[in-house]
Amino acid sequence: MSRLRRQAEQWVPAAVVFVSGIALWEAGVRGLDVQNFLLPPPSDIAETLWSDRRELWSASFFTFREALGGYVVGCSLGFLAALVVSRWRRLQAAVMPYAIAAGAIPIIAFAPITNNWFGVTGMASKMAIVAVLCFFPMMVNAARGLTSVRPSSIELMRSYAASELTVFRRVRLPHALPYVFQGLKVGTVLAMIGAIVGDYFGGAPGALGVEIRRWVGIFAFEQAWAGIVLASALGIVFYAAVALVERRTMAWHPSVRGARAE
Amino acid sequence: MSRPAPVVSLRNVTKSFPRGGIVALQGIDLDVQPGEFVSLIGPSGCGKSTLLRIVGDLVEPTSGEVVVNGKSARQARLDRDYRIVFQDPVLYDWRTVARNIALPLELLRWDRARRAARVREMVELVELTGFEGHYPWQLSGGMQQRVSIARALSFSPALLLMDEPFGALDEMTRERLNAELLRIWELSGSTVIFVTHSIPEAVFLSTRVVVMSRRPGRIAAVVEVDLPQPRTADTREEPRFFELVTAVRDRLRDAGLDEESTAPAEGELLVGEEPA
Repeated sequence: MSRLRRQAEQWVPAAVVFVSGIALWEAGVRGLDVQNFLLPPPSDIAETLWSDRRELWSASFFTFREALGGYVVGCSLGFLAALVVSRWRRLQAAVMPYAIAAGAIPIIAFAPITNNWFGVTGMASKMAIVAVLCFFPMMVNAARGLTSVRPSSIELMRSYAASELTVFRRVRLPHALPYVFQGLKVGTVLAMIGAIVGDYFGGAPGALGVEIRRWVGIFAFEQAWAGIVLASALGIVFYAAVALVERRTMAWHPSVRGARAE
Repeated sequence: MSRPAPVVSLRNVTKSFPRGGIVALQGIDLDVQPGEFVSLIGPSGCGKSTLLRIVGDLVEPTSGEVVVNGKSARQARLDRDYRIVFQDPVLYDWRTVARNIALPLELLRWDRARRAARVREMVELVELTGFEGHYPWQLSGGMQQRVSIARALSFSPALLLMDEPFGALDEMTRERLNAELLRIWELSGSTVIFVTHSIPEAVFLSTRVVVMSRRPGRIAAVVEVDLPQPRTADTREEPRFFELVTAVRDRLRDAGLDEESTAPAEGELLVGEEPA
């Protein structure tokens, strides 16, 4: 069986579900005469996506920049924190429980507060909440990766008289890579949520979250739905881009290669 | 009488772990001459893995003197005087077979061409030609262990430390790798210290078998193995082979009985993994 055909067979079921889902939605809304403010038919949303494309795109791009900025800051700081924490066992024992507990806190609830701190209409407040959202998963994952190296892996490097730096570069870092990517992937989703919800609590005119709220307020439900669709699409593309980088950098990893060993 | 200076010389080496007050090793005296193949055998928890790690300066002894190649164990490690093979292959998942074997050579800053040439040699030696580009998870356990042996031999070490390298393998693979190891040992003329649980394996491979007692680990007996070299599959059929196996087994039994310790036979791994 050819590679192409095998791939097609993998995708076909998902495509069927997508198409029939849309068709069912369209038929259901029209057939049952569902009110527009409850659920507009997908064809109307698609039409709006096209007709209002400039406004929608600029709003989405604005919010995506908030998400991306906060993501880069949050992930970088999270990784740095993991480096520091994993270096000293005592520090790790003292700090990690809180970093893990932070995962259970609805950090997004702080969005109105960061709006106060960094200014409602600026990008900085949204970036701040996104950064905090991305920080903890990255820190927890990376720290786990950096410290879960088997002792014998380290012993082997010591037997080569390798320096701490060499051990870090050749063993700890590559070992941590899958964990780091896990943090990066989780971060993409959180970043989009953080930026849009941050907008909901007030943001720059023209930001997607602000616009969605405004559209709902003036009964422009097709626009609101189109905004949500675009935000979802951006979120998926963001995630997929990181996943693609992961596949490229970790060609060696069984999860990427697929278990093809004979 | 002029004997060559021993490669490894242990004087009254003791190791205790403060946590739990475990005395792992007590009063170990041992000289290993150049070109010898010495096996350490003993019940689980007798500290033989710890002893091997002390020679490699991966664990520090509580007291006693360790001399490797005429210098301190630490200096020998820093001079990369030995190579170690563990029970699990300790391959790096993100490196192919070839790059795993090349790792120590990279650390020695060999240039690419020289590394490639040596890797090719080593791959042939352990019969893994064609698998250079594979990743560790694509190999069977036996193949992985052969990679780790190739890596250990890539920089012709004068001293090879092996910690139950074949312990997790099936009998067939084990016997084949035993034969390979002996062939390599004869070719390279290196000195080997080999930790094992298996009496036949120890007798088949070694020039000398060191029998250790239950915790605290002491040297209970030393059995000289006078089987002729080179050893082949036929060696395992010889009456002398069985005599020696019996001899080692009797010594082991004595060693087990003369200790009052009734501690369960776990703990060796625990001792070996204790952070230095």
